[in-house]
Amino acid sequence: MRKNDYRARTHPAWWAFLVHRLSGLALALFLPVHFWALGHAISGEASLDGFLRLTDQPLFRFGEWGLVVLLSLHMMGGIRLLLIEFLPWTGLRKNWLAFGLGASTCTGLALLLALVH
Amino acid sequence: MWKPVQSYCVSSYSRGIVDTEKLRVRVWRSATGGLATYDVPRYESQTVLDVVTFIQRQLQPDLAYRFACRVGMCGSCAMNVNGKARWTCRTHVSKVAANNELEIAPLSNLPVIKDLVTDMSLFFDKWSQAKGKFSGNRTRHEDFARVSPESAQRKAVDAGIECIGCGVCYSSCDVVTWRPDYLGPAALNRAWTLVNDERDTQTLERLRAVAGDAGCHSCHTQGTCAERCPKHLSPTAGIAGLKRMTMKAAREGDL
Amino acid sequence: MQAMSLRTQARLWYWQRMSATVLALCVFVHLGVIIYAVHSGLSASAILGRTRGNLLFGAFYSVFVIACAIHVPVGLLRIAEEWLHWRGKSAHAVCLAFSAALALMGLRAVYGVVS
Repeated sequence: MRKNDYRARTHPAWWAFLVHRLSGLALALFLPVHFWALGHAISGEASLDGFLRLTDQPLFRFGEWGLVVLLSLHMMGGIRLLLIEFLPWTGLRKNWLAFGLGASTCTGLALLLALVH
Repeated sequence: MWKPVQSYCVSSYSRGIVDTEKLRVRVWRSATGGLATYDVPRYESQTVLDVVTFIQRQLQPDLAYRFACRVGMCGSCAMNVNGKARWTCRTHVSKVAANNELEIAPLSNLPVIKDLVTDMSLFFDKWSQAKGKFSGNRTRHEDFARVSPESAQRKAVDAGIECIGCGVCYSSCDVVTWRPDYLGPAALNRAWTLVNDERDTQTLERLRAVAGDAGCHSCHTQGTCAERCPKHLSPTAGIAGLKRMTMKAAREGDL
Repeated sequence: MQAMSLRTQARLWYWQRMSATVLALCVFVHLGVIIYAVHSGLSASAILGRTRGNLLFGAFYSVFVIACAIHVPVGLLRIAEEWLHWRGKSAHAVCLAFSAALALMGLRAVYGVVS
């Protein structure tokens, strides 16, 4: 039995699937870390502060920025899927792909501005 | 100065050879488990099926492949051309042969019997598992059922009814590759056309057959089926509809 | 999937989509909160100054955490089944455990920053 390779996958709806799945995976792995980090607040402000100081580095900031962009992409892709699955069929909603990409770019830029400011 | 014109060739294939271009065609062969290379003369209006036929008749007599109508009606000639599932009789070489190169392989996701021929049994078994057979309760002694072609339900059926079971969508679907028990786009599309058929009496059985991880709930809307379907159907649409219908059935305790 | 009834499979799909709808709203708000927070400062005192005693914040983020605990494990189960070929009871058990972990750790974090 032969399987498909990348050549069968070079179309927008497939890329949307891949972005959605990979961003979801990254966020799923990030969440426990995020909760653990914020949970330091239970031990007091100093404990949380100590942890936050560790993350006050360019590499971390870039990672956080990246995760926010992934979150935005995952959400926009997810909304597209909800529209496809629950509203009457109007095609693969490629306009939503464009819109989602645009919105995520805006989010990324807005956050970049906030970080750099 | 007189220059011999290339296109008048003394062979039985003397109809419009395009320059001296030869196609470099790589074809999947079971014997080696790999691709064998053949040089095929290039013609105007040549289809990929023409190429395969040339190879079998002139170069490799034991090449196995399927075709029947050769005019885009039966779906028998479906194969992977340059990695994408297509009807070879309806694929012009000029459209797919970049740099005079072609790669021809059997459909994916199906056992290969030999060379370009796949075993379609599982494809049709899944059609059957999805209850893809109409089931009515009228007899010849009763009047015709009156179904308005304008009703939303009938429009949904009509959008998917032209499927001829060629297997291109099944071959193209990654979920079929990842989940061996996944019914696949064609079977689910057929179930969709039947649950929307107001004459059909097996709606609940059908919904039970297509629900779950082996059915509609595993579709990730990759949409390759809709991209590749030679009849421009969208199994993705029907599957989304089945998700809504099975949700309703589950809510009403019918699943 | 033999390990799970048809009804449960359909329900998992349904609850993943319902929690997705809730999360869409939550994430919109959260993105706004993130950008605001980055602007206003990310030291512990700055963060806690905004969240301590903020019951609305606490309620909102508790809902957010629960929605995540429902939404995330279903997606992970799909990835496990399709890309890791990990099926059956062990895969379900791990995803259920992950769900519980997210809920517990998340609610603990909300409690930590609000109280």
